[in-house]
Amino acid sequence: METTREGIVCNNLDQMDVVFERTKVLHDTPTSYCPGCGHSVAHRLIMEVIDELGILENTIGVAPVGCSVFAYHFMNVDMQQAAHGRATAVATGIKRVLPDKIVFTYQGDGDLAAIGTAETIHTINRGEKIVIIFINNGIYGMTGGQMAPTTLEGDVTSTTPQGRNTLIQGHAIKITEMAAIMDGAYYVTRQAVNSAIAVRKCKKAIKQAFQNQIDGKNGTNFVEIVSNCPSGWKMTPIEANRKIDEEVIKYYPLGDLKTPPKGA
Amino acid sequence: MGKKLLMKGNEALAEAAIRAGVKGYFGYPITPQSELLEYMATNLDARGGVFLQAESEVAAINMVYGASGTGTRVMTSTSSPGFSLMQEGISYMACAELPCLLVNVVRGGPGLGTIQPSQGDYFQAVKGGGHGDYKLIVLAPNSVQEMADLVYLGFDLADKYRIPTLILSDGALGQMMESVEFPEYNVEEHLVDHSSWTTIGRENGREQHYITSLHLLSEKMEEINIHLQDKYKIIQKNETRFESIQTEDADILIVAFGLSSRSSQKALELAREQGLKVGMLRPITLFPFPTDEIKHLAQIVKGILVVEMNAGQMVEDVHLSVGNNIPIDFYGRMGGMIPQPDEIVEKIKDLSKQVKI
Amino acid sequence: MAKIHGHVKIEIENCKGCELCVNECPQDSLKMSKNINKKGYHYAVLNDDTCTGCTNCALVCPEAIITVYRESKISKEKMATITDIKDNISISVN
Repeated sequence: METTREGIVCNNLDQMDVVFERTKVLHDTPTSYCPGCGHSVAHRLIMEVIDELGILENTIGVAPVGCSVFAYHFMNVDMQQAAHGRATAVATGIKRVLPDKIVFTYQGDGDLAAIGTAETIHTINRGEKIVIIFINNGIYGMTGGQMAPTTLEGDVTSTTPQGRNTLIQGHAIKITEMAAIMDGAYYVTRQAVNSAIAVRKCKKAIKQAFQNQIDGKNGTNFVEIVSNCPSGWKMTPIEANRKIDEEVIKYYPLGDLKTPPKGA
Repeated sequence: MGKKLLMKGNEALAEAAIRAGVKGYFGYPITPQSELLEYMATNLDARGGVFLQAESEVAAINMVYGASGTGTRVMTSTSSPGFSLMQEGISYMACAELPCLLVNVVRGGPGLGTIQPSQGDYFQAVKGGGHGDYKLIVLAPNSVQEMADLVYLGFDLADKYRIPTLILSDGALGQMMESVEFPEYNVEEHLVDHSSWTTIGRENGREQHYITSLHLLSEKMEEINIHLQDKYKIIQKNETRFESIQTEDADILIVAFGLSSRSSQKALELAREQGLKVGMLRPITLFPFPTDEIKHLAQIVKGILVVEMNAGQMVEDVHLSVGNNIPIDFYGRMGGMIPQPDEIVEKIKDLSKQVKI
Repeated sequence: MAKIHGHVKIEIENCKGCELCVNECPQDSLKMSKNINKKGYHYAVLNDDTCTGCTNCALVCPEAIITVYRESKISKEKMATITDIKDNISISVN
């Protein structure tokens, strides 16, 4: 590993404890995401959880179409790449024939809450015992920054040049709230990765979701991760993370929306 | 089990699939194939498989995609409009080389059309109905017995070549009842070990498997395409199947598949009674198409009559096989109408006059 | 309580210059280098020896290229071992 050519050098590292290091369940290759993108953080958290729960040999992931279409080049777990919007159907197929395996999908907002809405709703309605990771960055990043189903009112994108007008382009969809009222949902939460505190909470939620699946709890585990898109939002990563605190989570409040009743 | 049963085509197909070791069925209701879905709903779970009715054909085919990626024998069945919805998923499976069995119980189209039988989906079936260069192995039963027999063949070919394999049936074959015997079939002997590429979790820390049809690098995407085309050439060489009936002395050759071949068979007999030497070639595999056999027969007969239940689709492939050195005529009914034997006999007579028999 | 001493190692060749770590560090120990890596990004550098090993930078780093070290507690115990204690002596180690 490249040591810093400059800055503080520490020569008694060997007497120090390593308190944080990159998980081996991430591939070594750098991600293809833009600088500061929340996808990379979300990838790392999921791989850390899979590492810590010791389920690498039993886990199958499903990648969507979107910025994270290459997820399997970064997540070193068995994965399938699904057609746009169909990841939860692919995951259903896997889980139904291999019920003892741990299955998760990793999807963007366009994938899960636009083209894949029917699959999302019915997968949850059937209570498929999978984990759905839903990255909400309010934009179609891969294709160059178009409006997403979760683009906030007034936000400018390449297909809402005057800002999203709810009378014409409709409202930022609250798919996670919709999931939370479904009987098929077991655990529904909305987290973020735009600060260290948020990242800690997010990892805890992801771990809870996977643990529910390991325990065979009846129902779908749905983890929305509010994330940024520095390139699409035309902001620096720091500004983008600030926008999340100042605007996005006002409309999409963080926290658990559905938690299983005690002992369920 | 040589016991003869009287069954509907759809149900015979479903029973054969269970006997052939299908472990996952993902489908959606649509006339005229819903009996197949219902048979699976009633029987599959109890016999070691998983049945699931999806929220749409789009979801169903993607469930098949996922389940196939675990190395499990899986299938879906639908009818024309539903099969159109499945095209994207099938294209993905063709590229990712995922084996599965598909069933299209064709109904009259286009559009919502009718629920009566048709062969109007021929082009969609054999020319690759979705985007990109790919083919499916397409099998065309013409009886309830074949609705069963071709299932075993379909699963075996799908696994052997890692290719989605389609049974192109129709509303009549699916709904009518005929006697059927299910052959002896030891599933274990036919299963193929796919564990070198399936996604079931990195057991013992083996290296990652991933299934994708995404290859942004053109050099790689072309490599994939060349590999697929090579596979199709091998299939063309090894897996072409057809039935020849009284072609040895034929002056007129009928080419017809599926239900059309039943009416044509009757017409052949009627024509022979009237002294016209008619033979028939019935493709059983629509891909791979029996090109060589038709080319060979074209040197013996004086004229070819293609009979279909569409506006003329397979006739084009007959033209491609034969070239234009002998007359090729076409007779088709559409909208769910079935060509009748006497109508076909009239066409045979017209053609005979044309080629001066 | 004496400040815990920490350190970070950054794989600068894979840094994309997003500055999230610099922004997140409670001690302002990190800053962006004036130099650029092979990809042309300015990379983050541990600039002041004020790091406490709190791992905030690593938590927000999208590229997972920061390894965080913290002074291990064992070395403190070593300082406070006393060989033979006749009666109870109270020792406070600050």
